[in-house]
Amino acid sequence: MGELFWILISAMLISNFTLSLFLGLCPFMGVSARVGTALRMGLANIFVLVITSICAWLLNTYILPHAPYLRVISFIVVIASLVQIVEMAIKKISPTLFRELGIFLPLITTNCAILGFAIFQTNRGYDFLEGLSFAIGAGLGLTLALVLMASIRESSELSSIPAVARNMGLVLIIAGSLSLAFMGFAGLFST
Amino acid sequence: MRETTPQQDLIRGIWKENPVLVQLLGLCPALAVTNTVANSLAMGIATFFVLVGSSLLVSMFKKVIPHEVRISAYILIIATFVTIADLVLAAVVPLIHKELGAFIALIVVNCMILGRQEAFASKRPIGRSLLDAVGTGTGFMIALLMMGTFREILGNGSILGVSLFGDGFEPWVIFILPPGGFLTLGFILLAFGWWQERKSESVRIRQWPHGVATPSREEAA
Repeated sequence: MGELFWILISAMLISNFTLSLFLGLCPFMGVSARVGTALRMGLANIFVLVITSICAWLLNTYILPHAPYLRVISFIVVIASLVQIVEMAIKKISPTLFRELGIFLPLITTNCAILGFAIFQTNRGYDFLEGLSFAIGAGLGLTLALVLMASIRESSELSSIPAVARNMGLVLIIAGSLSLAFMGFAGLFST
Repeated sequence: MRETTPQQDLIRGIWKENPVLVQLLGLCPALAVTNTVANSLAMGIATFFVLVGSSLLVSMFKKVIPHEVRISAYILIIATFVTIADLVLAAVVPLIHKELGAFIALIVVNCMILGRQEAFASKRPIGRSLLDAVGTGTGFMIALLMMGTFREILGNGSILGVSLFGDGFEPWVIFILPPGGFLTLGFILLAFGWWQERKSESVRIRQWPHGVATPSREEAA
């Protein structure tokens, strides 16, 4: 149990997907203008990551030992199609949930955070439960980074920013400072 | 669609529509692996290869691929080339391959590559698509090398592992760590913005030489 908690915390804070591994930067830059949207994007991310974790575990256990060179191709194809199916199912079962998360799901699927997650899970040889807790931790980490970024951007909207910094330059500098702050978590566990 | 000459197809991606510095595509690899020049170079070459290969194939098969499943077809083609690049790098430069790690496989989801297929290679003849891919790939490599040089000099005091300043130099370690990636690109973009601002300012002054007060861009808008 303790092991699972460690995996979760380290995926969420110490090696945060966005701020220290540079995965999932497109949504981080693209949909981080409003806190509400960022939060929903984060939740959709957690959801897709959990599905990915299950998929990657099944593929790693039953199929890829026979054909290791198919790793990248099978990950992306299987994950993309499964997310599509789940999206249709949600649309049918709970239209409210679909409205909250729906538009983000297809976007997320081809996000590097998802494929990167599947590859990390494989490389680290996580079993089923470890994979799930890694997925939740990584998803929470992405959500945290998105929400932090969105709140900073919301409050910077009213301040007077020099014209040169009004494009993405400022966002990247903010991201750099956040990443710097997250490096502080590296000392959270002393082993 | 705007018509372009072959020269424009080639040159556009290198500077004016540089994928990283102007369009902000493919940021994940651009920030993650540019901590040294050697890594940037390997990543640039691998991405260049995948981009040119998949543009060639997509352009060749554009009439065969059904419109509804085109994105999946592009991703399959790209993933094939990425697998080739992955295996070749593992065989030729095992050390760099180990350092780049998962980011080689992640070339598949580089939005710059998929973007070029969707926006260009799927609609144009093979020759033009190759020119476009070579231009964009070169632009990506230039941006990566720029960041790699910047970060390695500041963070390690060296280029390609050759020490530049001798023992007296205290490396600014933060630049080879993750925050350095964000900060480097941020500063490059700020410098670009400042440069463009100045250029448009000087054009404005030249057009109104008699000291007439003209509305600045913000006031006019």
